[in-house]
Amino acid sequence: MEALLAIAIGALVAAAVYLMLARNVLRFIFGLVLISNAANLIIFTGGRLTEGVPPLIPEGANLPAADAANALPQALVLTAIVIGFGLFAFALVLIFRAYTTLGTLNSEEMRVAEPKGDPLL
Amino acid sequence: MNSIILRIGSRYVVGILLLFSIYMLLRGHNEPGGGFIGGLIGATGFVLYAIGCGTADARAALRIMPQTIAMAGLGIALVAGLAAAAFGDALFTGQWLFIGAEGDDKGLPLSTVLVFDIGVYLVVFGAILTLVFAMEEEI
Amino acid sequence: MTNDEPSRRSGNGFAGVVPVLISGAIFVFFLTLVPQISAGDVLRWSYDWVPSLGIKLSFLVDGLSLTFSLLISGIGTLVLLYSNTYLAGHVQYARFALFLTSFMLAMLGLVLADNLIGLFVFWELTTITSYLLIGFGHETTKGRRSALQALFVTGAGALALLAGLILLGISAGTFEISEILAKGDEIRAHEMYLPILILLLAGAFTKSAQFPFHFWLPNAMAAPTPVSAFLHSATMVKAGVYLLARMHPAFSGTDVWLWTLTIFGAVTAVFASFLALRQTDLKQALAYTTLMALGTLTLFLGQTSSYAITAFVTFLIVHSLYKAALFLVVGCIDHATGTREAEILGGLGRVMPVTAIAAAIAALSMAGFPPFLGFIGKELKYAGALAVASEPVFVAGAVLLANALMLAVAGVVAFRPFWRKTDSELPRTPREAPWQMLAGPVLLAAAGAIFGINPDLLQVPLVNPTVATFLGDPTDAKELKLWAGVNLPLFLSIATFVLGLLIYVIHRPLRNLLIRADNAAPNFDRGWDAFLSGLKAFAWWQTKYLQSGVLRQYIFITFATVLVGLGGTMLVRGIGNVLPDLTGIALRNWAVVALITVGTLIAATTRSRIAAVAALGVVGIGVALIFIIFSAPDVAITQLLVETLIVVLVAVAMLRLPFLDAQGESDHRPWDAVLAIGVGGVVTLTLLAVLATPLDLRLTEYFEVTSWPEAFGRNIVNVILVDFRALDTFGEIAVVVIASLSAYALLRTTAKEKSE
Repeated sequence: MEALLAIAIGALVAAAVYLMLARNVLRFIFGLVLISNAANLIIFTGGRLTEGVPPLIPEGANLPAADAANALPQALVLTAIVIGFGLFAFALVLIFRAYTTLGTLNSEEMRVAEPKGDPLL
Repeated sequence: MNSIILRIGSRYVVGILLLFSIYMLLRGHNEPGGGFIGGLIGATGFVLYAIGCGTADARAALRIMPQTIAMAGLGIALVAGLAAAAFGDALFTGQWLFIGAEGDDKGLPLSTVLVFDIGVYLVVFGAILTLVFAMEEEI
Repeated sequence: MTNDEPSRRSGNGFAGVVPVLISGAIFVFFLTLVPQISAGDVLRWSYDWVPSLGIKLSFLVDGLSLTFSLLISGIGTLVLLYSNTYLAGHVQYARFALFLTSFMLAMLGLVLADNLIGLFVFWELTTITSYLLIGFGHETTKGRRSALQALFVTGAGALALLAGLILLGISAGTFEISEILAKGDEIRAHEMYLPILILLLAGAFTKSAQFPFHFWLPNAMAAPTPVSAFLHSATMVKAGVYLLARMHPAFSGTDVWLWTLTIFGAVTAVFASFLALRQTDLKQALAYTTLMALGTLTLFLGQTSSYAITAFVTFLIVHSLYKAALFLVVGCIDHATGTREAEILGGLGRVMPVTAIAAAIAALSMAGFPPFLGFIGKELKYAGALAVASEPVFVAGAVLLANALMLAVAGVVAFRPFWRKTDSELPRTPREAPWQMLAGPVLLAAAGAIFGINPDLLQVPLVNPTVATFLGDPTDAKELKLWAGVNLPLFLSIATFVLGLLIYVIHRPLRNLLIRADNAAPNFDRGWDAFLSGLKAFAWWQTKYLQSGVLRQYIFITFATVLVGLGGTMLVRGIGNVLPDLTGIALRNWAVVALITVGTLIAATTRSRIAAVAALGVVGIGVALIFIIFSAPDVAITQLLVETLIVVLVAVAMLRLPFLDAQGESDHRPWDAVLAIGVGGVVTLTLLAVLATPLDLRLTEYFEVTSWPEAFGRNIVNVILVDFRALDTFGEIAVVVIASLSAYALLRTTAKEKSE
């Protein structure tokens, strides 16, 4: 299963990179969402997959079941999801703001700081 | 959005979701749940309320500005972390008090860890509502 | 006002006097240590600086460091006294005095440090203060360029030095210099000996301006003359020599050490002596003789015989005394006449008799005439050169040629300006320098004479303990004496006088010849300029292509780097060939993966906003299903909730944002697709390679074992978040707050602009 997921993650990353390379920044943040998902899955898969045994300690025991899932990547992924959401929301607001100010979603036309024909460029 | 069913329904759902989110928060240390999940559930409830009844109503129902809630949550989490220093431990070391503990039964556990998780809950709750309310109002 | 423009006002008040008193007190303090050190004692003082790295701030006073300390603080006092008059009334004198005093303290720290890291810190402090002092005349392009050049050359060398010192510390197992020196045999046999030596030499040779790094030193003469006297002849440029001397017990004796130092030293000495004769500016001429002296000192440090070491120690002292004196004399001449041009100056002897006498004594010492200390130094140099076992003729020949040229330069610098008859018009009517400016040259020249007549004053207190630093035994030092009998060094001395006087007589035609030769030869200074402009052109070029201001290009370069880095590493190491094992996977899991993949493909290719958002939702839910199936309930719940919120936010934003593609425009980008597929493929291969390596579960096991008994939580994921790694979580929720407040602020600004 890990191998199958590795291939699916490759597809996710490829789609994300393709979207992030687009001129339209809305596509860029779609790519951002996909690559966040891919990164979370990489961490999760890297810690190996276990079906049906969550990392919980049963009542009356001191240890989780011997074949319990790896808790560490889960903790990492959980915070990464929330942070990824924060990043996504900020990026979305930023492109919204850019659109209302500049009137375009094309990143190549957003050149207020470095206008075309600048002698330094 | 103007839908009577959604408007009436969201008033009840927000209450249920808030209650559920606090339940998820409190059980989080032993069962699936915790501050992140609780905060997300609570925020989802208010987002629904804002969609159904408008952000003005949602803000009024919340009473406190969401960004204040987020900052308060950050402060609470920090205090919970610093409290360990008062007991002579390294920062962010959990401190526990068991009320009525007998033998194996640990009674009612109170801890800085729970306080910290409440801080996380408030941060997630407040931060998401800050964002969503502002977006709904400004866009 | 320019640096060397004199003012007739005297002194600079508080800022002028205090530094003199400080440095004077330091000099007296070191003088009081002389009896103890010459009796064979070594003083050590240590303070734990960075205990976790074994770095101490430790200081050591032995013969070598005491000799240097006395030269630094003694000459420092005289130079500060001199400067107070030389730069009297300069608006930035306080700054100048601060730089110069800081330099002196840094230099003292450098020679006293007994820890490699401490030594390096002081080394760099001298680099920086030297930069500030050379650039004191920062109004001129030349001043700024010279300062920067010195900083770059010595700074680059210092980086090499740092690497060498760290390697040395690691190889020796200690950063304390005195402990390292005790392990000489171990270090010479160490496999890292050669790399360490090369790095140390890079630092020492740049600092001490050895060929081919010599070009910065003559340019450093842009500094005010007292600075040149202090830093660029008597002290800072000797830091490289000091480093070699300090490391001598641990590193010398190998063929590499012997030949590198001998050849670089000899080439520098002879090359610089010729260039010295080429100069018509007195200060430039002195600068090149300083190079010659540094070369000679390096040459002798290559050897291990007691003659060579005694010659090194004696010449070190002799050179500091006469060279500082002569620089100060040139400063007096400049101050009095407004020029330093050898072909204009003349007949100053009658107007400036004291300066002339001090100059004459210092020059005679430099030229190596008896009964001055320079004579003893020169005799020892010949004895030391002849004691070189391998190539005595080469070494003695180099020393002889350099000495003869030096004699001629001494005549040009300190004899002709005073006693030559000239009709040239001077820019200013000269008069004798005030006493503050005479004190330095007179005392320094007198010291050369007194030590020459009575070498015992120097031998027991300083030379013997310093030689002992190298060879371990003060009795190894050869005797300093004026009359050593009729021997080969004496004949070489006579040959030097004859050759030197001959060169002096024909020095003007010879100079023209040298100028022509020098112009034809490759010019290192111009090479430096070419190097810098090449560097700038490269920076301009790479900025133009890498930082184009186009977001797409940044992202393209970033992912292309990922592709090349990961893919290249896997190709080189041959770890990319893991075949995926796709057997035994439940149909349900195939279905989830298919869901994710289909969503992904739609999201990447659709031109509809609604379809894209829906496809993202499908992917998110598919990922949540993966978390549910593979035992991560907390993560799955979080993922589902976040997916919901993302859809809400995007839906709200869509109300005001335009369509994905403008009318008639399509989004076909074949090259981007090639890169994207490449990156995706390399990520898959990397993950497969990771999965093929064993997993280290120690951390997970620790959390599992301690979660309930110590942290009283049954949900291990939550316990990690709020207890074990609570500080990390705190940082993360802080990020969430910042992101939401920033977004809020951005939206509010829009609203305000709308309402206005």
